[in-house]
Amino acid sequence: MKRLWTVPALALCSIALSAFAQDGGVFDQYREMLGDDSPAIFVIDEGEEYWYAPAGPNDVSLEACDLGLGAGVVEGAYAQMPRFFDDTGRVMDVEARLLHCMVTLQGRDAAEVHAKPYSGRGDMGTEMEALVAWIADQSMGSPLTPGQTHSEEQAAFTLGEQIFYYRAGPHDFSCATCHEQAGVRIRLQDLAELPNPEAARDIATTWPAYRLSQGVVRTFGWRMRDCLRQQRLPELIMGSEASVALQHYLSVKASGAPMNAPGLKR
Amino acid sequence: MAGRIRVRAQLSDGVTEVKALMRHPMETGLRKDADGNAIPANFITEVTATHNDRVVMQAFWGASVSQNPFLACRFTGGAVGDDVTVNWVDNLGETGTGTTKIR
Amino acid sequence: MRMKSISLRSLSLMGVVSAFFVLAACADSSSPEKGAASEIADVALANSVYDALMASTNDKGQATKARLRQDEVQEFCSKPRSDYGDAERANAIREARMALVQMPADGEFIGDWARGAEVANNGRGLQYSDDPAAPNGGNCYACHQMDPREVAYGTIGPSLTNYGARGQSEVMLQYTWTKMWDTHAYNLCSHMPRFGAQGILTEQQLKDVMAYLLDPASPVNQPLEAQQEN
Repeated sequence: MKRLWTVPALALCSIALSAFAQDGGVFDQYREMLGDDSPAIFVIDEGEEYWYAPAGPNDVSLEACDLGLGAGVVEGAYAQMPRFFDDTGRVMDVEARLLHCMVTLQGRDAAEVHAKPYSGRGDMGTEMEALVAWIADQSMGSPLTPGQTHSEEQAAFTLGEQIFYYRAGPHDFSCATCHEQAGVRIRLQDLAELPNPEAARDIATTWPAYRLSQGVVRTFGWRMRDCLRQQRLPELIMGSEASVALQHYLSVKASGAPMNAPGLKR
Repeated sequence: MAGRIRVRAQLSDGVTEVKALMRHPMETGLRKDADGNAIPANFITEVTATHNDRVVMQAFWGASVSQNPFLACRFTGGAVGDDVTVNWVDNLGETGTGTTKIR
Repeated sequence: MRMKSISLRSLSLMGVVSAFFVLAACADSSSPEKGAASEIADVALANSVYDALMASTNDKGQATKARLRQDEVQEFCSKPRSDYGDAERANAIREARMALVQMPADGEFIGDWARGAEVANNGRGLQYSDDPAAPNGGNCYACHQMDPREVAYGTIGPSLTNYGARGQSEVMLQYTWTKMWDTHAYNLCSHMPRFGAQGILTEQQLKDVMAYLLDPASPVNQPLEAQQEN
């Protein structure tokens, strides 16, 4: 059969080479080529649907949820998290805040949300992942400015930093084991030197992200959980004090950089 | 969720470039879930691009194409405002479609 | 001696209190209070981190919360690389770790390099996603280059390519074994796991990795073929 088509060699536009890429910028080129054809666009749309869909025993949507900028204000909210919330008296990340709204507005059971917040093998995405993708997209381009003025926010930074260096488990791994040095990699995966603000900016502004190897959007909280798993430590609870503290530490290190999420990662 | 295709078509120097992003698990049938049970195969077997009802591309896929696949193709003979449609069929007989106008 | 759980609010008060002691100590250069107060603050902070982690995690599979309890090495090494002060305590810990090293029971150090290659490539073991019945891997390639033909190697640790050039003297066998058993016996606060001391690998697996490194027939010690002229 005569072929009517050719698959083009996609023209490489200007390539933004990351200063830290040991792969010579190959993945950066891939991102450039894919452009906004990242499958995250589907997940963003799904997240918006979840936000406006009535759910739970109270049969209400999440439209009145306050993400820190007022009830129902989503634009720019993700870029200002984690932050202290008066009504709960604690520093919260977006997942903790969504859980709070699901429970208080929709009357849902927290344990049920905690049971399966993230996709497993064979899943196409969860409600939490979709909501976070959409909410983060509403902060695209906004400078990352997590809360830093409240004493609880400062305490969360300190706790996050201490956890970063906390060696534990049979392998004695801390976050620092992999992320303390510049210019190293594990197998072929470049590792970011996270206490360095330049590296933290690349990282904290690109979560949540569509993860090609898993075919789903993963959140920043999921990334902390999966790091702890690889450190041979127990399961990190979504939205918990330690999870929020770690995200807060990294977000403060990165503060000022424009958000670019959902990102695209391997 | 299943069945969605985001299609775009751009005309330049007589050549229309079509970009289609599809929402599909593309499950190979070889993976096992957390409990050790095989996850059933569910992947697109055929993709067709049409321009004003004329087939301009046909692709026959197997399990090696990844989840949420992206496809780009080019054809000649298109004009701004023409309809371009992309369809897929998978091994379970489900279908997906997306359409756009050439810009 | 472990202090009771301390909230983060009182942590900042602790910070103020210890800062006060530091300032007071500066006025009198012979005062020992400065060291004592910052140690109290360190312990309070460490306990607070432990408490936060305990409250923020669930047991899952074989990864239980008991793993969050730190031993002496972990506690001492939970700080940035630039902060490893207190040389005296460091030496004491290093010597203590050296004294705990267990050489192979039968005195034989070298196993099978082909099995050692499997251990070096296997990154699984001890995660809650891992089967507890399956053998643990050493995941050596995560951090080290070994076989020069293997391109997928990490750079957190030094290259071990051609390690066998060092020969198999008793000293070299014991040194290499000790590095794997408990690297802190030589290099306190190294990033490398304690494959023997923490029970990650069995004695036989360690012998097999020894062979992978030291056996002249191992691919680690076979140089790359010379490039052919075109």
